[in-house]
Amino acid sequence: MRILLVDDEFELVSAMAERLNMRGLEADYATSGKAAVEKARQCQYDVLVVDLKMPGMDGMEVMRQVKEKCPDTGFVFLTGYGSEDQKSASEAAGATCYLMKPVKISVLMEKIDAAAQSACTIPGKDNSDA
Amino acid sequence: MPFNLRITPKFWRQFEVDSPHRGFINYRRMWWQCVIVMASVCLLPLMITTVINAYQYQEVLKSENIAPADRLVSNTARSISFFLEERRSALDFVVQERSLEDLADGKNLARLLYRLKQVFGGFIDIGVIDSLGVQLSYAGPLDLQGKNYSRQSWFHEVMIRGVYISDVFMGFRGYPHFVIALKHDLEDGDYYIVRATIDTQVFNDLARPLNIGPASDTFVVNVEGVLQTPSKFYGPVLQKAQWTTDSESFHTTVKELVDPAGRSLIMGSRKIDNSPFMFVYVHETRGILAGWFALRSKLIGFFVISTIIVMLVILGVCTYLVSAVFEADKIREAVLHKVEYTNKLASLGRLAAGVAHEINNPLAIINEKAGLLEDLIHLTEDFPQKTKAHEITQSILGSVDRCSTITHRLLGFARHIDVNFETIYLDALVKNVLGFLDKESHYREIKVHVEVEENLPAIESDRGQLQQVFLNILNNAFAAVEDGGEIKIGIYSINGNKVAVRIDDNGCGMPPEHMKLIFEPFFSTKGRKGTGLGLSITYGIIKKLNGSIEVNSQEGIGTTFIVTLPVKRPA
Repeated sequence: MRILLVDDEFELVSAMAERLNMRGLEADYATSGKAAVEKARQCQYDVLVVDLKMPGMDGMEVMRQVKEKCPDTGFVFLTGYGSEDQKSASEAAGATCYLMKPVKISVLMEKIDAAAQSACTIPGKDNSDA
Repeated sequence: MPFNLRITPKFWRQFEVDSPHRGFINYRRMWWQCVIVMASVCLLPLMITTVINAYQYQEVLKSENIAPADRLVSNTARSISFFLEERRSALDFVVQERSLEDLADGKNLARLLYRLKQVFGGFIDIGVIDSLGVQLSYAGPLDLQGKNYSRQSWFHEVMIRGVYISDVFMGFRGYPHFVIALKHDLEDGDYYIVRATIDTQVFNDLARPLNIGPASDTFVVNVEGVLQTPSKFYGPVLQKAQWTTDSESFHTTVKELVDPAGRSLIMGSRKIDNSPFMFVYVHETRGILAGWFALRSKLIGFFVISTIIVMLVILGVCTYLVSAVFEADKIREAVLHKVEYTNKLASLGRLAAGVAHEINNPLAIINEKAGLLEDLIHLTEDFPQKTKAHEITQSILGSVDRCSTITHRLLGFARHIDVNFETIYLDALVKNVLGFLDKESHYREIKVHVEVEENLPAIESDRGQLQQVFLNILNNAFAAVEDGGEIKIGIYSINGNKVAVRIDDNGCGMPPEHMKLIFEPFFSTKGRKGTGLGLSITYGIIKKLNGSIEVNSQEGIGTTFIVTLPVKRPA
């Protein structure tokens, strides 16, 4: 499965990509929204893991532009912040998952799988603040 | 509660009940001002009306008594005046019609006296005195022929004035009488005097009108204040009644005074023309005033009862109004407090969210790097200290986990990612939460009782967040009770549209100053063990779920939390 990780923090996406690669996924990364859109418009990725808040182009815009060309691409959103508005907006726009940083690798992989099958549900309890 | 506390309105004890309550309004003073203003507005006119009424009634009573007195005095004085004038005119007629020779004849004089008695009455005797003062002839009961009056004062007075009316005196006769004397000038320049004695009986009758009551008296006094007729109050003829002459006037005067015997009187008097006499009428005011006193006590009674009723109404109204203001202010203050608190929470939430976001990004990097390190260690063949390296990465990941719990909590404080409404049975949920605490209650021998109302309605709410709410409250309850303590949980519905969970513990309770702070963020009594966010988050969640939370606590007795939640999800 081909994954594109998008976050303005190079250290984060590079380490995350390496770890996913170790787990048998083909993970690539981009450190800006614009770069991510350029890469993803070839439709070679199954799932994009995108940070919602980035300088320049934010996660929602990335999804909008990518979905124009490749409507089948799955999306998982990452955020250090998150809000009700963002969550409902991203769900309405077709995102299937919404995760808060820092995220456990196992949870991330679950959501990527779910997103790939367009079956990702609302984040599990281990990621809520209960 | 003692009786005096029960009847005192709450605002009266404003400072005692609620010492930190520094109200900007002094309700006690407000009450006093209200009472004083209303009492002045209501009672002053009442008081003035009562006084004016009383005064006017008194005046009417007096004038009603003064007018008859005035009439009686004028009429009687005129009658007496007429009586004297009549006798004087009779004598005048005699001297004009008869010659001195005629009168000097004793028989003629006796006949004249007889006629005078017949026609006018009151005459006792009559005498003719020459200019030397010698009585030339006399007709009457005594033998006064030849008696010389030249040294007597009346003789000189009649010589000068022509007419003389004496005071009443006893004289030779030993009974009261008075004298009228007339001087008649003769053509040769000589003169003579006709002198008649008048019986005072007629005079007395005149001076005592029939229509006077037992509290009244009438009499005649002379210029020295000597009684000329007997008086019911002041004694027989010739007694002194000096005080009556203070108001000598030819007009009728009526006034109030107190006589030397202490009687309060209305006195009417009038001098009788061409005589030394003054007619006096006195009336004791006691009788008159009895009516006035009765009316006055009625007026006072009416005033007192009206005042009491008005005061009761004023007190009631003022107390009601000030209490209403007091309650309204209290509510307003509570609302202001709530708004302040909400604002505080909101700004704190924004701050917390900002901080959490900023921390979450580096934390995510640490997480991924440590995870990568862990992966590499895992994939690498055994090397010295591999186990130790593995432990270190685990420890870093554990710390990251702890940090993320805190930042997620802080974010949760500002908003909750997933409010997920589903149908929940609160009894099952509470029992589920109690499951987490099973071990602790077992070790510490804490007795937990759960009472659930039958047919408890299910509610629509968020399971995860409610779990957090009850976990927080129960954690606090467990922390508050001693080993072997007791926690009671009651779950019941209110009016079918709300469900309440009541959690009582018999723990240490908390002082009132803590009660106000327990929902404040970062307020904790657990020292390092607590974040001070538990109840604050609980409060936020319950508000978000449209519920309410209430806490009651008494130090040393225990604490009660009541969480009320709506059955239907908020629209």
